[in-house]
Amino acid sequence: MAYSNKVIDHYENPRNVGSFAKDDPSVATGMVGAPACGDVMKLQLKINDQGIIEDAKFKTYGCGSAIASSSLVTEWVKGKSIDEAALIKNTDIAQELALPPVKIHCSILAEDAIKAAIADYKQRHGN
Amino acid sequence: MNYFQLFHLPAQFELDLTELGTRYLELQRQFHPDKYAAGSERDKLMAVQQAANINDAYHSLKQPLLRAEHLLALRGLKISNEQRSFMEPAFLMQQMELRELLAEISDAADPDALIDEADQQIQQQKKALLRQLQSALDANTPEHDHQAADIIRKLKFFFKLQQELELLEQQTQD
Repeated sequence: MAYSNKVIDHYENPRNVGSFAKDDPSVATGMVGAPACGDVMKLQLKINDQGIIEDAKFKTYGCGSAIASSSLVTEWVKGKSIDEAALIKNTDIAQELALPPVKIHCSILAEDAIKAAIADYKQRHGN
Repeated sequence: MNYFQLFHLPAQFELDLTELGTRYLELQRQFHPDKYAAGSERDKLMAVQQAANINDAYHSLKQPLLRAEHLLALRGLKISNEQRSFMEPAFLMQQMELRELLAEISDAADPDALIDEADQQIQQQKKALLRQLQSALDANTPEHDHQAADIIRKLKFFFKLQQELELLEQQTQD
């Protein structure tokens, strides 16, 4: 199966790989995994007092599509409010990266990582 | 199709692999397409279909996770091919740490020590989860079945880790 150029670009030059300190109160962490392929994805968002995502980092163990999906998402969420980021759909990710049907679950994983990070933020900030 | 029934085995997680192997050979002989060579087209077709079912059943029953999934499917809980994300932060954090440990192996001065460490952790967790899976499936209630499904999802991560570790082991030996 051939990867699209965009997947290869994100895979070879992943954006925003790494971690923020977990105990930083402005950092929200989303952890998700796909049992079928064993992929694990961590997405961290640095969110300011106005609820704007100032920075994002990811760490993903998985296939090229999973890495590309999470890398793309870190670019997309920057500058967005958490409510705007929550609107990112897996179909947008899959379309941007031209993912084949068997790799759609990678984009679902990335969407769920955003949701998990936002849920973590809301839980820690009491709303 | 009920694979346990096909093999005349009780529908439970615990399984005697030797018995499974014996039944498999018996069934293969019984439905071997050659035995139906002189039969009608319909009989031949049925024998080929049955031989395929026997193979599928054998491979599913032999592997603990596929066997557990089949058992759950028979109880009305289908989890194979699901694309739902797994979200249990503590478990996933531990997976991440094990993945990080594996990532260190290829550059390590003493990779064998790290391989042993990772292998021990993986085997230990796998064993514990398989025990939990057994008792959840034995309890045979809808609530326990959902617990069993979650344990299967966790075990899949460990089977994947084990595969990755085996690959690394081969690479360091080359």
